[in-house]
Amino acid sequence: MVSAGLAASAVTIAMRRLRHTATERLAPIAGVTGAFVFAAQMINFPIAAGTSGHLIGGALAAILLGRSLGLIVATVVVVSQALVFADGGLTAIGINVINLAVVPTLGGYTVFSLVRRVLPASKSGVVAATGLASGASVVLGAMAFSLEWLFGATAPVPFDTVFGAMVGVHLLIGVGEGIVSALVVSSVLAARPDLVAGARDLSRSQLRGPVRVPLRALVMSGVLIAVTLAGVASQFASSAPDGLERVVVDEGLAPTAAASASSLGSGLFAGYATRGVDNAGLSLAVAGVSGVVLIMLVGWGLLSATLGGRAAPSRRVLR
Amino acid sequence: MFFADRADHGPLQDGLAPEARIIAAIGFVGVVAFTPPRWAAAFAVYTLVVVGAVGALGVSPTAILRRLTVLGPFLVLALLLPVIGTGDRMSVLGVALSVDGLWSGWGIAAKGTIGTVISAALAGTTPTARILLGLQRLRVPALMITIAALMIRYVGLIGDDMARMRTAMIMRGHDPRWIWQLRPLARSAGASFVRSFERGERVHAAMLARGFTGSMPELGDRRAGWRDWFLASIGPMLAAAGLAIGWYVEAWS
Amino acid sequence: MTPDSLRVEGLHYAYPNGPAVLDGLNLVVEAGERVALLGPNGSGKTTLLHQVTGILEAEAGTVDVGGLRLDDATCGEIRARVGVVFQDADDQLFMPTVRHDVAFGPANLGLTGTALEETVLAALAAVNATALADRSPHHLSVGEKRRVALATVLAMDPSVLLLDEPSAGLDPKGRRELIELLSSIDQTQMIVTHDLLLALELCGRALLLSGGRVVADRPPLDLLTDVELLAQHRLELPLPLDRPTLVTLLERVQQKGPRSMG
Repeated sequence: MVSAGLAASAVTIAMRRLRHTATERLAPIAGVTGAFVFAAQMINFPIAAGTSGHLIGGALAAILLGRSLGLIVATVVVVSQALVFADGGLTAIGINVINLAVVPTLGGYTVFSLVRRVLPASKSGVVAATGLASGASVVLGAMAFSLEWLFGATAPVPFDTVFGAMVGVHLLIGVGEGIVSALVVSSVLAARPDLVAGARDLSRSQLRGPVRVPLRALVMSGVLIAVTLAGVASQFASSAPDGLERVVVDEGLAPTAAASASSLGSGLFAGYATRGVDNAGLSLAVAGVSGVVLIMLVGWGLLSATLGGRAAPSRRVLR
Repeated sequence: MFFADRADHGPLQDGLAPEARIIAAIGFVGVVAFTPPRWAAAFAVYTLVVVGAVGALGVSPTAILRRLTVLGPFLVLALLLPVIGTGDRMSVLGVALSVDGLWSGWGIAAKGTIGTVISAALAGTTPTARILLGLQRLRVPALMITIAALMIRYVGLIGDDMARMRTAMIMRGHDPRWIWQLRPLARSAGASFVRSFERGERVHAAMLARGFTGSMPELGDRRAGWRDWFLASIGPMLAAAGLAIGWYVEAWS
Repeated sequence: MTPDSLRVEGLHYAYPNGPAVLDGLNLVVEAGERVALLGPNGSGKTTLLHQVTGILEAEAGTVDVGGLRLDDATCGEIRARVGVVFQDADDQLFMPTVRHDVAFGPANLGLTGTALEETVLAALAAVNATALADRSPHHLSVGEKRRVALATVLAMDPSVLLLDEPSAGLDPKGRRELIELLSSIDQTQMIVTHDLLLALELCGRALLLSGGRVVADRPPLDLLTDVELLAQHRLELPLPLDRPTLVTLLERVQQKGPRSMG
């Protein structure tokens, strides 16, 4: 439940940031936005040939509402799905909040700010930044999952395999999320630009004019950024476990025969990934995925996309 | 029980204040989450407790089974682990599977299932309004409670709105199946967001007009007392007992 | 001035970056009166409702409710005295069940326990919605939502009721039930409506709002037979009914007497 603690601290910080704003004004707007994200998550967005994926919406919430309120709304969505709708068990609630609320919101917003600094200050800039940020948020969530796996799971799967699989699969999902988020923000900017917190710095003249975003270039650059990020992160993280293990032993956190309390801890840390990690690193994470794993990636991707969504309606439109 | 709902029935439900129920559920699941998968005896105890609780509370099995479908992707992962795991392998039905992978896969499947069943039991016996009341009494910030209440109230309306737009789209010949056909669907989602936001502003006006000052009024009945907390602690304590039994069996076998 | 009245003087308001919506508006509603507020779309009727409850702040002019001047300090008290039933009931029913929604207002005013329960039950009974107490607002019909929205407002024991298009979207029976309900409650009422015949049946005075001010203040029968005036402001009766016909029809309706609302 370390993750639950982390999640709770993130939310507390966000709440504190909002303290000096008129929260009684925010609640209904945030609530309805939460309802929108919730409802949008239930819609099937087509990916390929009838399989569909779902929106996560964390980055979108942050771009529309601002970083702190977006985080709170995303957290409320995830927690209420677990507690009220039982759409997600209680066991992993801390991890789910981190992967589906904290990381996409904060990570997505960070990418958004960075990209906006580079792009021109215009509606198109905001839309393009939204697309890249939302796509990145999905991949970041996948990377978070892999890191949690590294530090907490008792499964002997090589970190690089997990990392490569998760990131690969979520690249595709991220593309969908990026496109949808960009289009949503584009429509909102057209009707009520004041509702997009991420565009609040734009002046009236900057808000004028149509949105021109070259879709293909956006997707290609997004994928490239994500793969680079993933490769760098993987290279960094795959050397970390040796360091972590050393820290664990040095600090006496490793179990001793006498302390029964820490034998519980050994259940957590034992076998966490030291057996499987090798330092092939970058090549494995980015390109050198072996044939078997590649097939599994594709299979897993299609499978989770299908399982995650209901089949698109099969009624034919009368012609 | 003026603010109780139709869904509340039976002596256990009436008796247990919502904040106690939430703590009982989270406490139990917390202990389960910490259990190493190899302590199989512990899981046997957990299963007994869960089945007993579900039976005593009168939760419908079909409701639980429906909720279990959300586990799909996790079960896929659980099944894959023995295949792609490293370490010693053993032969199962002629296939060489990783032993560690089998244990990990079992762990994920078991913990996930228990968590989902408990969550379904909580949702099935406690109406939404009372869950939110329970969270409010557990000192969850007022802003989040209000957001959650409004979110739950309006998700149906917004879902209907989006469904109507999608129907209108299909009636006009656009039935998207491929990712590049997303555009109209996403644009209608954007329009829906603007409408939802404007509704949010109107709801805010309505709440102000009825005296809202930032936190939801406490519309509940009896607060949790000693009896509630005692009853609530039974679940987590049984889980702790299960954990101890599991350790004992593992250490001495 | 008795406590049950509404007085607006010289109200002026423009939305940010827009033209003036209310332009020197004056009106008075006496205790116990039922007044209809007519006018084309965009004439500022809904804005006026928001002004009177202090949701929007006027640029100039004053609002008094029961002798109490509306300002930052009296806002809360004014909101307790003025009950608004919105056009879209879904904007007003935001709690998980009807029971909770009706209780929201009085609970915010400080009622608890048995007093709260009794208030809720009384309000539901007044609109004949006791059977709906445990339903979720999402699943009610338009007419039921309207009734419940009215109950949420009545539960706060307001002295003035403002209703925004109360008969919009109702089926004929629902409309009849609404008319009977509104005639049965004592509060002072100001009804914003396009339903001219409802105004004729229910109200003793009709105000015509146009260009941000009140341009006519007459008994409905007089106002609604002034075809030219109506036409100038995008209004007309559904059928070309002349004055004698209207008088006869009104008598017939009143003779029939209140029907049961079951």
